[in-house]
Amino acid sequence: MVDLAIKTISPLIDRPPYLGSKVQISERPFIAKLTLRGNPDDVAFLKAVEGVLGHALPVAPNTTVLSKTMDIAWVGPDEWMIYAEADSQSTLVADLRKALEGQHSAVVDVSDYYTLIRVTGAKARATMAKGCPLDLDPVSFGPGDCAGTLYIKSTIRLIQRDDAPSYDIQVRWSHADYLWQNLVVAAKEWG
Amino acid sequence: MAQNNRLSQGGRVNRGAEISFRFNGKWLTGYEGDTLASALLANGISLVGRSFKYHRPRGIMTAGSEEPNALIQLGEGARTEPNIRATQVELFDGLVAESQNCWPSVRFDVGAINSVVSKYLPAGFYYKTFMWPASLWMTYEHAIRKAAGLGKAPVENDPDLYAQHHQHCDVLIAGGGPAGLAAALSAGKSGARVILADEQNEFGGWLLTDDSAINGADPMNWVAETLEALAAMDNVTQLPRTTITGYFDHNFITACERVTDHLGPQVDSDVPRQRFWKIRAKQVVLAQGSIERPLVFADNDRPGVMLASALRTYLRRYGVLPAREITVSTNNDTAYQTALDAHAAGAIVTIVDLRPDPKSSLVTTAEEAGITIYKGSGIAGIHGSKSIHGVEIAKLSEDGKSLTETPLVLSSGLVAMSSGWNPTVHLFSQSRGKLKYREDLASFVPDHTPQNARSAGACNGSYALADCLEEGFAAGADAATAAGFEAGDTLATPSITEHPAGEMRLLWTVPTTHPLGQGKRKHFIDHQNDVTAADVHLAAREGYLSVEHLKRYTTTGMGTDQGKTSNINALAIMSEIRAADIPAVGTTTFRPPYTPVGLGTIAGQGVKDLFEPERGTPMHSWHVEAGAVFEDVGDWKRARYYPVTPEETMDQAVRRECLQARETVGIMDASTLGKIDIQGKDATRLLNMVYTNAWDSLKPGRARYGLMLNEHGMVFDDGVTTCLGENHYHMTTTTGGAARVLNWLEEWLQTEWPEWEVYCTSVTEQWAVATLSGPKARDVLEAVAPTLALDPQTFPFMAMQEGKVAGIDARVFRISFTGDLSYEINVPARHGLAMWEALTEAGKAFDMVPYGTETMHVLRAEKGFIIVGQDTDGTVTPLDLGMNWIVSKKKPDFLGKRSFTRSHTAMPGRKQLVGLLPENENVVLPEGSHLVAKALPKPPMDTVGHITSSYYSPNLGRSFAMGLVKDGLNRMGESFEVPLMSGAVERVTITEPVFFDKEGERSRG
Repeated sequence: MVDLAIKTISPLIDRPPYLGSKVQISERPFIAKLTLRGNPDDVAFLKAVEGVLGHALPVAPNTTVLSKTMDIAWVGPDEWMIYAEADSQSTLVADLRKALEGQHSAVVDVSDYYTLIRVTGAKARATMAKGCPLDLDPVSFGPGDCAGTLYIKSTIRLIQRDDAPSYDIQVRWSHADYLWQNLVVAAKEWG
Repeated sequence: MAQNNRLSQGGRVNRGAEISFRFNGKWLTGYEGDTLASALLANGISLVGRSFKYHRPRGIMTAGSEEPNALIQLGEGARTEPNIRATQVELFDGLVAESQNCWPSVRFDVGAINSVVSKYLPAGFYYKTFMWPASLWMTYEHAIRKAAGLGKAPVENDPDLYAQHHQHCDVLIAGGGPAGLAAALSAGKSGARVILADEQNEFGGWLLTDDSAINGADPMNWVAETLEALAAMDNVTQLPRTTITGYFDHNFITACERVTDHLGPQVDSDVPRQRFWKIRAKQVVLAQGSIERPLVFADNDRPGVMLASALRTYLRRYGVLPAREITVSTNNDTAYQTALDAHAAGAIVTIVDLRPDPKSSLVTTAEEAGITIYKGSGIAGIHGSKSIHGVEIAKLSEDGKSLTETPLVLSSGLVAMSSGWNPTVHLFSQSRGKLKYREDLASFVPDHTPQNARSAGACNGSYALADCLEEGFAAGADAATAAGFEAGDTLATPSITEHPAGEMRLLWTVPTTHPLGQGKRKHFIDHQNDVTAADVHLAAREGYLSVEHLKRYTTTGMGTDQGKTSNINALAIMSEIRAADIPAVGTTTFRPPYTPVGLGTIAGQGVKDLFEPERGTPMHSWHVEAGAVFEDVGDWKRARYYPVTPEETMDQAVRRECLQARETVGIMDASTLGKIDIQGKDATRLLNMVYTNAWDSLKPGRARYGLMLNEHGMVFDDGVTTCLGENHYHMTTTTGGAARVLNWLEEWLQTEWPEWEVYCTSVTEQWAVATLSGPKARDVLEAVAPTLALDPQTFPFMAMQEGKVAGIDARVFRISFTGDLSYEINVPARHGLAMWEALTEAGKAFDMVPYGTETMHVLRAEKGFIIVGQDTDGTVTPLDLGMNWIVSKKKPDFLGKRSFTRSHTAMPGRKQLVGLLPENENVVLPEGSHLVAKALPKPPMDTVGHITSSYYSPNLGRSFAMGLVKDGLNRMGESFEVPLMSGAVERVTITEPVFFDKEGERSRG
């Protein structure tokens, strides 16, 4: 249970959203985040996970399943990130572990390891291009695509949500402020 | 001041928009569309700077990025930039520029004495003169750098903003002249993602100057139509003012876009001044055009001597006629167009043609226009030094080696010269492309490149406009097809009206009245580096025959222009001396950047606060408020110590923290430790392989210390791993080793043991960690965690329990890096600050002290606990550390085990970790100091070991150290000398490396 009396912080708690005319940047704090490992060739594994999450795992490289309450991103051939509603991590970990009991798998709560930064707006893609070496042009990276990459010197996991375009960037707690400042400096070019 | 040399009409400048600028303190005007160079010429200024070595007066030689002479200091204060080519600076209101490398002024320059004594400053002068004594080089260098050189670097921080931009494309086109535009058109219509980049402010290339008709009309009409067509294609990006600076492996290309330079300084702007593009192109079309070659004649460096193409550009593009009397000297036909244009603009033009009998339509046209042509003649010298007032010309012998008559003096204010053209092959060469020599052009042209690139137009040796367009269309289509697009029908080349290219007379050195190198007249090859034809001869006489030697001995081809106008002339002269053909002499490699790029541009926005990531823990804000002094541990900012007053020094703070942590209790932020979650039925098997000790017996809720070795048996990380449940572990690593250890585990699991069922997940920052250490640690924890069972029987040393700490779900580890009673409390990072604040509040009752990494170092060293990477250096085994107890004798295998049997690893007498007690108890020996049997007045001395950790311990009341000493474990009680940099010599005695609480009672209490 969450004790509301306990001071709870996110890495960007002191950073108000940046609301430029062409780019808006904001933190999505406290989203539940789990690392899931397992064998996608094992039907039992896939079924067990789908039973808990209500979504099938994306097994194609660099793809996601995006929904209102949960996002699942492919990370590697046997690894996924699950993003779910705030404070659902303990329940999800317990449910997944229970469903996967006896199977070769791992479920790890990394909700606080990372935070998410949303970058959206007409110049969001150009803002990303200032630090991310990937080809983010719609012909090769569109809504639902994800990738592990860099923004300048921060290791990030990037998800494109829609063709606004909007991006969700997963970044380590300790890199969040460096990344935030870089994104804001980059975005300011467009006011 | 009036622009006396400006024509009343013509050109692409806007005479309705006057622009004021300042050159060498004097305010002048130009027009919108001018470059600084064209504006200076319009104002009758031909003397622009002083040369690198001889301080010769120099003017404007070209109209583009190949300019070797007209380098100026642009801007003032923090924004000043040296060595900027006046030919590329777009004029803006308020522009300020100064001549460089001259004092007190460009007209009267004291350094010009170098020119008078130039006989004593030949090529290689510095190598020959300042070779000995070697120790004085530093003194010489200082003086030389002052005397020779270019502009001044700014001394203030660059106030401007820069950005990087990553871009991918199907077809990158370098150069926006006719070939590049044609390529863009045909690649663009295929739907391929095309980038068209050109270094100039306008696309068009040579068509901005030339008047060859396209479809019977002004060629700029075709350019405008083409740009309009390209603008309508969403898949085509036009990048004017963008220089492709480098061509690297796998079609990785860098470009510098000058975003706001043409607008002048932008104060407090959020728009970057320049943008550094990093482009990954599937296919590349090189269409960079060509650069005219200067003629090598006597005094060819005087202000007012310029390339014929440059004069034509100033005339036709900028509407500037820099002189009324003009001499055009050439070995080919193209300069005749310059002569005709100058003639048409009202100048008195004389042509001095090296060819005895030139025949072409252009020659006929010039003759019909009434222009005097001296055939079979060359320029033998120039009258005037800061400007030209006369030209000596004479007929040449048949072999071109001598004059056949006494020179005739023509009145002249400007010399336009042409020795043919060189394809701009720089990017092609950077792509590791090989060049081939074309005899007919006397030039190197592209042959083949291993990269996905092709050349089109003049940079391919195809100078005719019709050929440029045809090759451009074809190259664009070819590139698009190769990138996987349907290029469709080849675009038809428009009809072109142009003059055919005539013959050239190759004469690499035009003779003068004296033999080369004698008399006052100099034949310059490399204008920027002051290298003359005579210098090439000197280099050859001294045996520097290879082009690579020639380049380094004479410095030809070096400098900010990288020999764009000089290379072929230097090679050709060397080939004549060696009686070898030019391809046999070879060419040097062109290296990036094509033109200089500012460091700020490359750095982008990664400067000042954003230079490097600074990682902080969830409790970072508390440390800042507590006045902590931080130290860098990798990217992390860790609190090093907490001074209680501004005056408290690090020594004082650390002594206070050390005493108090041992006496009551201390608290430290240990969040940065690497943490790895390990799950799976082979988890224990993995631990058994990566650690030296045995892990089978570890029960849930219990922890164990482990050492990790590399394949060579050398220690590479250490940490405590805790069993969380069946087949589930929580591993900790050193702060700096977190990523390395995870990579290590993954490498073994993925390459050697893929069938093992175990997953490793980094959880480093999931957990915020506070360490409580000291006799009162339990009291503090009890105060905030009343539900935990903390009595030593239920919760002994090396145990872990989960429960509430300050109301937060926590994992509490009873482990110790200080040798005292100690708890490491882990909570999810979001609650780290809340936990820390609760603990510090509770600690007040127990006189708790926050301590930093420095105190942690002292406390652990008092116990002889190692820090991997400080007390070990990759050459240290567990046995060298005296830690035989941690190496399992029973396990069949672990990583590094085999290496223990290697002769060198098994050898007795290796360097081993020992304690060291300085004889002088108040001296803290510098880490890294060496131990010797007997100190000598100066090195070399035979070392027996070195100090790895050294501190003052207030708890021991003395200094102490640890070190790696040969056969140290067998030398207890022996003393050694430690010579210091100051010349002093200290003595130390070897002891066991445990100085405090040798029985280990405190941590178990």
